[in-house]
Amino acid sequence: MCNTRGPAMAEVKVLSRNPDDYVRETKLDIQRVPRNYDPTLHPFEVSREYTRALNATKLERLFAKPFVTSLDGHRDGVNCMAKHTKTLSTLLSGSCDGEVKVWNLTKRECVRTLQAHEGFVRGMVVRFCGSSFFTVGDDKTIKQWKMEAPGYGEEEEPLNTILGKSVFTGLDHHQKDAVFATCGQQVDIWDEQRTSPIRSFTWGVDSFSAVRFNPVETELLASCASDRSVVLYDMRESTPLKKVIMTMRSNTLCWNPMEAYYFTCCNEDYNLYTYDMRFLDKPITVHMDHVSAALDVDYSPTGKEFVSASFDKTIRIFAKDGGHSREVYHTKRMQHVICIKWSLDNKYILSGSDEMNIRLWKANAAEKLGVMSPREREAANYNQTLKEKFQHHPQVRRVARHRHLPKSLYHQTKELRVMKEARRRKEMNVRKHSKPESVPLLTEKEKHVVTVVK
Amino acid sequence: MAKASKKKVSKAVVKAMDTTAAVTPDVVYDEEDEEDLSKADEVITSEDEDGEDERRRQKLLEAISALGGKRKKTLGERSEPSVQMSEFTVNADGEGDKIDLSDLIGTVERTSAVPATTKKQLKNLQRSTKPIACPLSKQESQRIQRDVAFQKAATEVTRWKSIIKQNQRAEQLVFPLNQEPIGPKPMERVVSGWKAQTPLEQEIFAVLSANKQPINDPILTPTEEASMRAMSLEEAKIRRAELQKARALQSYYEAKARREKKIKSKTYHKVQNKAKRKEFLKQFDEMVVADPASALEELNKIEMSRMQERMSLKHQNSGKWAKSKAIMAKYDDGARKAMQQQLEVNKTLTQKLVSSLNEEEEEEEKDEADAEVLPELVNDAEQVLNSLNPWMRGKLSEEHKEKEISNTVDLTAEGPGNTVEEDEDEEEVEETEEEKLLREFESRRKLRHALETDAAPLTCMDDNTEDKAAAENPDVSDKEEEELSEFTSLFRGIADSLQEAESETAEAGEDHSTPLEEDLIRVRTLEDMELLSQENLPSGEAAAPPQQPPDTAALSSATEKTGKNRKRKRGIELKEVLTKGTEVIKVPLIPTTEDNEDNEDTEDRDDGLDQSGLIKEAFAGDDVISDFLKDKRKQEDAGKPKVVDLTLPGWGEWGGTSLKPSRHKRRRFRVKTAPPPPRKDRHLPSVIMSEKRNSSISLHQVSSLPFPFENHAQFESTIRSPLGRTWNTERTVKKISMPKVVTQMGAIIEPMAREELLKERKQLVLRSFSRPCSPCFPGSPVKYSITGESCVFNQKHIGYRY
Repeated sequence: MCNTRGPAMAEVKVLSRNPDDYVRETKLDIQRVPRNYDPTLHPFEVSREYTRALNATKLERLFAKPFVTSLDGHRDGVNCMAKHTKTLSTLLSGSCDGEVKVWNLTKRECVRTLQAHEGFVRGMVVRFCGSSFFTVGDDKTIKQWKMEAPGYGEEEEPLNTILGKSVFTGLDHHQKDAVFATCGQQVDIWDEQRTSPIRSFTWGVDSFSAVRFNPVETELLASCASDRSVVLYDMRESTPLKKVIMTMRSNTLCWNPMEAYYFTCCNEDYNLYTYDMRFLDKPITVHMDHVSAALDVDYSPTGKEFVSASFDKTIRIFAKDGGHSREVYHTKRMQHVICIKWSLDNKYILSGSDEMNIRLWKANAAEKLGVMSPREREAANYNQTLKEKFQHHPQVRRVARHRHLPKSLYHQTKELRVMKEARRRKEMNVRKHSKPESVPLLTEKEKHVVTVVK
Repeated sequence: MAKASKKKVSKAVVKAMDTTAAVTPDVVYDEEDEEDLSKADEVITSEDEDGEDERRRQKLLEAISALGGKRKKTLGERSEPSVQMSEFTVNADGEGDKIDLSDLIGTVERTSAVPATTKKQLKNLQRSTKPIACPLSKQESQRIQRDVAFQKAATEVTRWKSIIKQNQRAEQLVFPLNQEPIGPKPMERVVSGWKAQTPLEQEIFAVLSANKQPINDPILTPTEEASMRAMSLEEAKIRRAELQKARALQSYYEAKARREKKIKSKTYHKVQNKAKRKEFLKQFDEMVVADPASALEELNKIEMSRMQERMSLKHQNSGKWAKSKAIMAKYDDGARKAMQQQLEVNKTLTQKLVSSLNEEEEEEEKDEADAEVLPELVNDAEQVLNSLNPWMRGKLSEEHKEKEISNTVDLTAEGPGNTVEEDEDEEEVEETEEEKLLREFESRRKLRHALETDAAPLTCMDDNTEDKAAAENPDVSDKEEEELSEFTSLFRGIADSLQEAESETAEAGEDHSTPLEEDLIRVRTLEDMELLSQENLPSGEAAAPPQQPPDTAALSSATEKTGKNRKRKRGIELKEVLTKGTEVIKVPLIPTTEDNEDNEDTEDRDDGLDQSGLIKEAFAGDDVISDFLKDKRKQEDAGKPKVVDLTLPGWGEWGGTSLKPSRHKRRRFRVKTAPPPPRKDRHLPSVIMSEKRNSSISLHQVSSLPFPFENHAQFESTIRSPLGRTWNTERTVKKISMPKVVTQMGAIIEPMAREELLKERKQLVLRSFSRPCSPCFPGSPVKYSITGESCVFNQKHIGYRY
């Protein structure tokens, strides 16, 4: 209509958008998503995130399937295990009938079997280079074996055999040098090239159950003795350093691989104790939850957590500074767990138990094992932070903390709780009816240490 | 060489002597053995000579001797031939002897290989006659050993503390710890045995090699490598950090200096200068001990400047400005003060520096100095100030008289003096003690003037009245005496040293302050009482202290003014005044008695009234019960559901300003909600129960404060802040939801290695250097230049990091 009037330019308004704002340059670019972060447009943030957190927690419990596989083949209880230092997929295990098996974990099969000792295989350790391993057994021998299987027609023979004077009960290898330590009647330091120990430590005890080198300060080592003590040594010194005597015997111990002065020992009194080696008069943390003697302990390679095996047929995972376990693993068929290892990639836990099986567990029960896409990983991270944020809310906590326990175990736990309460009450009453300050008020940490011997 | 040969000779001699000494006893000891040996020798020789027959004979003899039952002694014996006979013909002497220490170390004295310290120790050992202490028992020594070893191990292990702490605090830890750095790698490491094969490649490599460009290692050229060798990255970082720190410090210093320069306060600069001078003197004293030569130099410099000052007319109050001020000085306090300051400056600058270096000279010059300093002051006083003031002339002949005059003045004069002071310079609250002193004297002089002009007879009668006054308050007069004596001593010893004089004047000033306050009390109490109880104390002024002299009446208005000023400025003094005032005057007792009366009244009333009555009286105005009922009604109403009207005008019918939606429509769109469940408190008339508490929600609420949080606000704020990407930007979300521990799939995590410790130390060093710099130079480019090649390196390896 207007145009008929003349050539004057008419003003025409048109919707115009710059394609640069919304079109991808290539199809590999991510889609541009305009967002408005105005909080009024996104109300109820707390309740929405709470719901997400609750859902994430529930899903975590849903996906928590820690048991990966069981390796069977031993003809007696598995007494000791060793991680390969260079290969993640290799595991060595020694059983109570003197048999040593080498396992391929990816294939879940035994690749080599050898009769190493007569009687128990007491200890086993892989050399730091991964080319050979040592075993000690009830037959008073230390044997060094090649990691590779013998060729066709070759006989299975140890590289070296050292005949000791007494039974060896434990074994550990130095982190870098050709030196290893055994324990039995005394703690011996051996050079690989010699048949007699280069150093022997004794300190009024004649029976040691475990010896471990410190992986960080590699010259230090610690051992558990039958007089309920944990003894510290320096390889370079001629005498032991110090020992702490507890109320009950420690079975084994493990040093934190990332924090040089912390170690954790598992005790017959159902607890685990983390010590600072500089201050032995009191443990840093008492880890409680087992309902029977703790038999073995191993740190995760990140040094943030450790796993313990117990006579009560469970495996528990503790944070290094957590008084109670964050996870408990058990199966119907698993009997007393004798030995435990945390794999070197921080992903798996291996347990050897009385009923001749080695079990492979996930360290994080709900973790996805395969490769994760970036979005998946981000979602998982977000869920994790949400769970942490709302961990104190009763519903979330209830779901997150809930674990199924076998009936016997459950009742035992309850019983222990009652016993503990009774003991506490009695002590309180005694204190109430005795002279003030005649019954000292001891913390849980102080209770279990008898004395520190210099 | 000659020496060595000599030593050898001497050694040889010693040996020879030893052997000769050894020979004779040896023979004696070993006679029997030798006999045996000789026998055996004989036997052997005979065997050799006689052959078979002899041997047979020997056998026979042996058989016979065996029959006799006596065995040969030598058979079962074990002997060491070297003891008896040595191939070097040196026999060990004194075999059965007791060995002394001197036997063992006899030769040590003469050998040069043994260090002197060892020789000394040995000598000491020989000399000491005490028995050596019994060694510790095995248990104890082992215990000590263990303790020492443990301490050693503990300290060794403690080195890890910082790393452990750091890792515990770290937001994210990535394992394995020692991962290979990302970035370009040299070709040989990636591909082994690669060769240029195609002609193009060959050509390229030819060009590269011709230009000395790196072929195998594509990262660095030779010059760059050289620079790398010259300085490693770490070193460069450290160096840069150092330089940054230095620059930062410089800029701080400059800024500070600028700031200080801008300060206009003269007092500040005066104090500052004084402090500097003091500091300098201190340093100079130290220097005298440590480095006399340079100290002498410094001294010369000081002397020079002093000479210059003395020569020049600066600060002498002889310039144009000074003259004009001198005219003004009669009327203007400020001018006078300025002149005083000038003189002060002059005095300090012409002050002779006292040190051990020029002590001898000083004594000679002392008289001179006295003559130098004193006259100036005197001159000045005559020039500027009132010539009538004998103190300012430096004479104190008429001590007694002057003191008495001052007494009368003192009581009254301080008030106006202070007012002047405070009116004039309110900023200069902190004055130097000297100034105080001077002003005091000035005010005294002023008042004396006034007295002279106003009451001539009083001055005539001086002695008597002042004596009386002194008798009245002997304390004050005593104090004044002290002050005076101090002042005279000040005058006498003014040439000794400036510092001493200052301290003395300070003391004098302090002494002055006490009587000054006493004065003020009287004035203050009056005023305070007025303030305290104006309505019930009409006789406040009448209760003025009787000690107050009649002179003050004239100045009462002035004093009151000062009092007000004081009060405005300093609260503390007021308090002091209040406390002291109650002691002196009885007036404050009146209000207290009143209080007592009041108390009695209330007690009487208490007796009369019982508790309930009191409460009734207290809550007489408000009707609590009806209020409560109203409250309850209000809450009930609030709990009732409202009728919601969802009518939309204009929909389905005509709309407009004056039109209302139809009744039918309104009824249709009015939503009535169901009535709420009956209230819990409906049968309890005196109770309100909140209906807000929802048990279904409380299931989801945290009941107690969780561990790491210290208060509810903290916890609530953490809960309130959302984490998701609906509310946060992508980067924030990533940062928030960063996992604490990251591990690489399939990678073996080795235990912490010793190298981490070294790394940590290096980082610490770096951080300690760079910490103060980072905030002050956020985007500053790297400026420092290292000569030549390392510049290239800078650009490549440091520059780009910024």
